[in-house]
Amino acid sequence: MSEWWFWLSRQRGTLLAITIFVVMFTIYCANHPAGFSVNVVQTASNKGVLLAFVAMAQSLVVITSGIDLSVGMIFTLTNCLASAIVIGSPSRTGLGVLAVLAVGALCGAINGLIVIFGRLQPIVATIATGAVYFGLALALRPTPGGSVNETLADALTGRLFDVIPASLVMLVAVVLLVWIPFSRSVTGRAAYAVGSSETAAYMSGVPMRRAKFMAYTLSGLLAGIGGLFLTFFTYTGDAAYASGNTYTLFSIAAVVLGGVSLFGGSGSAIGAIFGALAFRTIGDLLFVFDFDPLWQPLFQGVVLLLAVSLGALGLLRVKNRLEWFG
Amino acid sequence: MGSAPIFDMTAISKRYGGVRALERADLAVAPGRIHAILGENGAGKSTLIKVMSGVVAPDEGKMKLDGREVAFASPAAANRAGIVCIFQELSLVPDLSVAENIAISSPPTRFGLIDRRRQRQIAEQALARAGAEDIHPSALIKDLPLSRRQMVEIAKALARQPRILILDEATSALTAADVAKVFVVLKRLRAEGLALLYISHRMHEIAELADECSVFRNGRKVATYEAGTKTDNEVVELMIGREYIHAFPPKPTAPATTRLPTLEARGLSWTDRLRGVSLSVQAGEIVGLGGLDGQGQRELLLALFGVLRGCSGEIRIDGAPAQISSPTEAKSRRIGMALIPEDRKTEGLMLPMTVRENLTFASLDRISRRGFIDRNIENALIDDMIALLAIKTNGPDIAVGSLSGGNQQKVVIAKWLMNQPRIILLNDPTRGIDVGTKQEIYALLRKLADEGAAILFYSTDYDELIGCCDRVLVLYDGAVKRELIGADITEKALIAAALNIETEEAHMSTAAVT
Repeated sequence: MSEWWFWLSRQRGTLLAITIFVVMFTIYCANHPAGFSVNVVQTASNKGVLLAFVAMAQSLVVITSGIDLSVGMIFTLTNCLASAIVIGSPSRTGLGVLAVLAVGALCGAINGLIVIFGRLQPIVATIATGAVYFGLALALRPTPGGSVNETLADALTGRLFDVIPASLVMLVAVVLLVWIPFSRSVTGRAAYAVGSSETAAYMSGVPMRRAKFMAYTLSGLLAGIGGLFLTFFTYTGDAAYASGNTYTLFSIAAVVLGGVSLFGGSGSAIGAIFGALAFRTIGDLLFVFDFDPLWQPLFQGVVLLLAVSLGALGLLRVKNRLEWFG
Repeated sequence: MGSAPIFDMTAISKRYGGVRALERADLAVAPGRIHAILGENGAGKSTLIKVMSGVVAPDEGKMKLDGREVAFASPAAANRAGIVCIFQELSLVPDLSVAENIAISSPPTRFGLIDRRRQRQIAEQALARAGAEDIHPSALIKDLPLSRRQMVEIAKALARQPRILILDEATSALTAADVAKVFVVLKRLRAEGLALLYISHRMHEIAELADECSVFRNGRKVATYEAGTKTDNEVVELMIGREYIHAFPPKPTAPATTRLPTLEARGLSWTDRLRGVSLSVQAGEIVGLGGLDGQGQRELLLALFGVLRGCSGEIRIDGAPAQISSPTEAKSRRIGMALIPEDRKTEGLMLPMTVRENLTFASLDRISRRGFIDRNIENALIDDMIALLAIKTNGPDIAVGSLSGGNQQKVVIAKWLMNQPRIILLNDPTRGIDVGTKQEIYALLRKLADEGAAILFYSTDYDELIGCCDRVLVLYDGAVKRELIGADITEKALIAAALNIETEEAHMSTAAVT
């Protein structure tokens, strides 16, 4: 068996997500009145990157076999914060951006510390912190409002050289600056090890705490980047409870669609990104085929079920029925 | 004796709850020698190794490395000191590749990122050193069969450049060809001056490898001797010897032999864990399953109970072939089977739920009418069971997790007795419970057999097999190696059969069978 075969089998989940997205997006463009045009791609990109950032955030935690139910709320909180401080002169705006990202990372770090040292289950810990983060967002923005540095916002949501969507470029940049270094570092390796088998990781002397802490912190940072972009798109901050929760749930769906195992230890943030883009494209498809938008949740559900079923095919090979429950 | 020891343990004790796993045990390990550790199940070998390799901390005692006192807070700390253990339960991460696993403790880095090329080289070297060049460094651990994983485990240990290498049953899943390769490697490591600690139940392996042997019993080291200075018989004598003797109910004098067996298996096989097991159990009979832990006993019981998929061979109930494809079918009235599982906390009980709920889980169909539970029938049955087994509980509505271990085990047994099973399979039911409850369980088993149940009883405690069983089948490597009947069931015969070695007495008993 050659080298690329091993690579292929390992990236299967990610490649499946890419394929699903490419197929869906091709169908979408083929049926769109404007076809595969710069405008269509830009709109799709701007709609997709928000969930892509939040899904990336989720995937980091899921790889350690945790789950982060506060990502949507960190996203909302950083949105509200950005609508208050990312404004004014370039230097002030720059500081504002840094502050927003720092708050995102801090939220994630708090989650991590609670999970590691409080030994709480991630699902409970992040429901609790998520509520706290939403409370802070609400205190910051009791009613929708605020504003943002529009020059920066337009630059990052517009087009580069009039062709390439700037939001897409930013997504790629974040992948290169955050995900790639993380996944190739010792800490990233440890995150996978912890997610795959905590006992084996402990027995092998892997830096488990550092791995979990980094995963949660980077998750918060990525959710913060998402929140920042939401502000750039909308020019306002809005502490919307429903929106935050929707992003949390969709991020889990995107992660699963992207081939990241909810049991931890396998998958990649790249997969999660394509899972998110594919998930968003479902809505666009309904639009070009003139379906009532009310059908959207139903179709998203069906696509998710199909994707998860594909991933569960391996269970048919299990010989000891007790392993179904492991 | 060879050179001075590099590692010295004195008066190490370790208790788990009330159970003494190690009692003032000592051990000296010298470089350039292979030191074999022998002992029965539960003799304290595993605990000793866990203490040495930093997995558990001892309650008392001293460890000295190079004459200096040491204590290890974690396996990583022991690794840094040069002590590396290859565990029976593998320490490999299933979702990572072979190369990633081999380099996991200290991956090679460049500019803060993992240097994959270097990692690949390290892995290839380690695999070559372990004689496992056939394993691809990029393969995922979860895709490898058990025997290959064990080779990776050995390669991983070698990649850490140990001074003391501990192998805990490290060859148990290997093929004969692999074992031969590993032996060559181990002998080379010995020549290089490593200290090796070798734990195995395979006497011929120890005879081939060991320079020195230590025998453990009941958490103590009972003897250390130069390899080859004692006969197999003497070694078995050393391993035998228990301080307590249980009171067992008297066995029936003439077990019935003419009727059709209630449960019969012919040529039962499953993956590489069961190799053509045939057995029969008659009504009124208690048949024991013996042998060392992990020789297929658990799989055999699961296969009979319909848990394993893809079993070949035949199961007959009352002489007629039966298809049992799930526990639901196994417990149906037609078959009437019950399995008392090994781990009551995960497979037997729902700990936070009440005694009542736990008792009736397996027999809800008997106490319900049109899908609703009939409280009157339920209460009557529960009262019967609590009385029959003398379960000590403050009523049926408290959480089963708050009962003592012995009483929890009684609940598990009672839960299955509610179904009035004709065939009862038991998987080491008395592990970790007190002597009094054990005796009650023995009496209960005999009572059930007298009332016509066919009982298949796996136990790791040889006394139980001797005291309770009419016949004992000794399993080794997934197959029945020997059948002992009546007075032939002795501790010596059981241990010899379990180790798959021949002693005079065992010779006699096999002669009696055949």
